[in-house]
Amino acid sequence: MRHLQTPIDEATRLALRVGEEVMLSGIIYTARDQAHKRLVESLNKQEPLPFQFAGQVVYYTGPTPAKLGHPIGSCGPTSSYRIDPYSIILMNAGLKIMIGKGNRSEEFRRSLIQTKSVYLVAVGGIGALLSKTVKTAKLIAYPDLQSEAVVELEVENFPVIVATDSVGNDLFDRSN
Amino acid sequence: MKTINRDSLIQTVRNMVIQAATILNPLVIQKLKDAEKQETSSLAKNVLKSICDNAAIAKNDNIPMCQDTGVAVFFLHIGNELFFPYSLYEAIQEGTRQGYLDGYLRKSVVAHPLERINTKDNTPAIIHTELAMGDTLDICFAAKGAGSENMSRLTMLTPADGEKGVKDFVLETIRLAGGKPCPPIIVGIGIGGNFEKCAYLAKTALMRPLDDEAANPIDRRLENELLEAINALGIGPMAFGGKTTCLQVKVNSYPCHIASLPVAVNIQCHAARETHVILKGEDL
Repeated sequence: MRHLQTPIDEATRLALRVGEEVMLSGIIYTARDQAHKRLVESLNKQEPLPFQFAGQVVYYTGPTPAKLGHPIGSCGPTSSYRIDPYSIILMNAGLKIMIGKGNRSEEFRRSLIQTKSVYLVAVGGIGALLSKTVKTAKLIAYPDLQSEAVVELEVENFPVIVATDSVGNDLFDRSN
Repeated sequence: MKTINRDSLIQTVRNMVIQAATILNPLVIQKLKDAEKQETSSLAKNVLKSICDNAAIAKNDNIPMCQDTGVAVFFLHIGNELFFPYSLYEAIQEGTRQGYLDGYLRKSVVAHPLERINTKDNTPAIIHTELAMGDTLDICFAAKGAGSENMSRLTMLTPADGEKGVKDFVLETIRLAGGKPCPPIIVGIGIGGNFEKCAYLAKTALMRPLDDEAANPIDRRLENELLEAINALGIGPMAFGGKTTCLQVKVNSYPCHIASLPVAVNIQCHAARETHVILKGEDL
């Protein structure tokens, strides 16, 4: 089992191989459909982004509200395919590591290979278990989006699997 | 004439919503544990084990097993001896609102599908009603997440397509869905009726107890054959490859037009969140 600390440098990212199980620690950023839409709008208008993309990891999740004494509620991955059109634009703008669930489009894979990005998956529907890996959560953008706002998470040993590596090998090709 | 107290109905609905989000059906857990023993790849085994571990954490800590706590769907069977001196719909909506707020569940409903402004309390619930004999109110609740609901499909086949057409459509739906609906899944299939009845059949098939069998012998045979065919696809837990793509297939059928063969496939993720309560009417 490989342990990685974020931000992740290029050499480490390129060395990741499909099917590999990885424990992530450090900062990751939540964003799903509506937050991605706004990130793309900010890029188009050349406005400042809520966080810098280089070396960072985006996690597709919309958590349940945190109970008192907990940093976050249930926080498993959401399906990635809905975010494909936005991801292609963000990968070209320098965001190279994404965590979600499920297979993605051919267009996404082509852009992933061109930009040498990596797509990681977490197991879907285990949001209670994954919430135990979150140490702190800080809302950093789009509070009006509620569960879809961008939140900076500090995680420790967050379990992921490499679904598509930087040369385009895809975990889902084996089964589908 | 009998009635059901409005406040106790609201309290019941509130508790059903919270319980569904946090406590996974023991029958589902047993099937997941059995499946873990069948799998040979470590990736597939790990996924199934994680799902069972997650269910235990959710129950012990009283937190939702999945962040997508869904749209609230209710199936009411209303006894014909009951009288409601208030709006039954409004009471169910109020119970839903309280459950999603008090249970720290996610509010996943937007008021208009294109404008997309969150209603902030997960209402409105989707409420289906049927009449029944007697003095009880039978309430089935499902928290239906979008991951699996988005992968569901309906088609209007022709009679000539027959059983093969039905099976091909079901398998195509499961293949297209891949890992998106969080397999292992439960598959509800509606055959017959008309356009909207068929979707309702598929949904209510998912509400049947996990371990029952269809009453009709054709439907029962399809349940067994389709379960085997779906698992032979090799999609596996989370589509990482494996034997366990589907935990159970449920088929409900209904008479249909001489020219029609509607088929609906409603997919349920492994987090099959359902609760069932029967309230008995009290004297007015």
